Amino acid sequence: MKRLFKINILLVFLFLYIPILVVVVFSFNSGDQISVWEGFSLAWYAKLFKNPDVWRACKNSLIIAGVATFISTVIGTAAALAIEKYRFRIRTALTRALYLPLIIPDIVLAIALLTFYVQVKFPRGLTSVILAHVVFNIAYVTIVVRARLEGYDDTIEEAALDLGANQWQTFWRITFPLIAPGIIGGALLAFTLSIDDFVITFFTAGVGYTTLSVYIYSSLKFGLTPELNAISTMLLVNSIVLILLFLWFRGRNTQTS
Amino acid sequence: MHRNYRLLILLSPVILWLLCFFFVPLISVLTYSFVERGTSGGIEWNFTLENYQRLFDGLYLGILWRSVSTAFVCTAICLLVGYPFAYYLACYRPKWRNALLLLVVVPFWINFLIRTYAWILILRTEGLLNSFLTFLIPGFQPLELLNTPLAVQIGLVYGYLPFMILPLYAALEQLDLSLIDAAKDLGASPRHAFWHITLPLSLPGILAGSMLVFIPTVGAFLTPDILGGGKVSFIGNVIERQFKTALDYPFGSALSFMLMAIVLVGTVLYFRALQGSES
Repeated sequence: MKRLFKINILLVFLFLYIPILVVVVFSFNSGDQISVWEGFSLAWYAKLFKNPDVWRACKNSLIIAGVATFISTVIGTAAALAIEKYRFRIRTALTRALYLPLIIPDIVLAIALLTFYVQVKFPRGLTSVILAHVVFNIAYVTIVVRARLEGYDDTIEEAALDLGANQWQTFWRITFPLIAPGIIGGALLAFTLSIDDFVITFFTAGVGYTTLSVYIYSSLKFGLTPELNAISTMLLVNSIVLILLFLWFRGRNTQTS
Repeated sequence: MHRNYRLLILLSPVILWLLCFFFVPLISVLTYSFVERGTSGGIEWNFTLENYQRLFDGLYLGILWRSVSTAFVCTAICLLVGYPFAYYLACYRPKWRNALLLLVVVPFWINFLIRTYAWILILRTEGLLNSFLTFLIPGFQPLELLNTPLAVQIGLVYGYLPFMILPLYAALEQLDLSLIDAAKDLGASPRHAFWHITLPLSLPGILAGSMLVFIPTVGAFLTPDILGGGKVSFIGNVIERQFKTALDYPFGSALSFMLMAIVLVGTVLYFRALQGSES
């Protein structure tokens, strides 16, 4: 019985990781076929770095993810603080409403924003995408920061206030350093989701505002080249770096609490 | 600072944002779904129910059925594969438990587009699976796997399996193992103990995992688009076509609203079932 369980675990991991491994391996292929091995080469990476479209897409992705992460981290942290530290009338309703963008299918959220932008004649460009990304990012930041605030000891703040610190000083000297690992964790998660998002970006971006995900999608649709494997591997490395950062902050999270 | 004043500062940004960029847009889709289509992507402000009547066309009912049934099969497969996985991790507590759990979470951080694309490399006619089988079996004829319902099904299970495993693990981990020991001491067979104790107690995890898999798969757009190659359409793909090629915004809005209704009804049923299982 135990052996069957172990075989199941092994199969699940093979299933989860073989496809990812395949992409990485074939990004070093010298041939121009996406899945027929012809020999080791870095040619597709060289080509990737010389492609101005990729750089432009990369820049757009970073701008969108950076700004959306900043806005959603501020708003999400404020919401988490209010929900965890106060009891107020609309608390339950707000918590539910906050998580609603995660429950409805992303294509519905994308369409809703698109029709809204069309209706109010809001120009579609980078700003329209950023505003849209903040909607789902707020929810993730709030979840991560709330987790950090759980079991938070209010008496330290009271002590600071008793000792003569004002509200503002108490927040920046006491509250903020204590919840900082949660805020950074939430921001990293928001940044990753923003970089990876395709559906919402695809519908809310204007023509000519291509992000990396949208670039990958168009290459998928109009001609598969091994360049795709190389871009994918670069994004994969990026994700792994972000995971390691997230874990490192989470490790600090548990040490200090 | 007054308490209410502080609350106002903390809460007004999130409330304003949700109102402007979530609830108002939802109302915008709703109004679009009740008006007539204009020329080249425009609309005519005349009230009509035609967009909803079109949903009952055989073509769209077929696509709706495909989305729902594929999502259902996907949920069932994830449950059958994920349950023993989570059970082993939670109840046998192997040494590498945390590392194994982390490895389940990692794919969540990797671009969904890339994870789906990877299956093209494996499933295409000249892809790795066919090469492997040709190498293994002499005279093997390569299979047409890509752009089939099977490819979409595989892609969906691949994309959402971690969403099933994590809540199952969370539920099973909280399980009091002494209850199972007690049942066995009282003469229950391991199978009996599983069906009467472990399974009912892990029901909240089963429900949560099923919801987390079912909801995104029923609204899936990318997986059927990439691995179905336009031949295996889901509701999500029909919606995309209304906005990107057919430029029939009102009908696309009606489809979106129906999809959202399905998901919200599913969510409400989930919470009902959860309350039922806890009482």
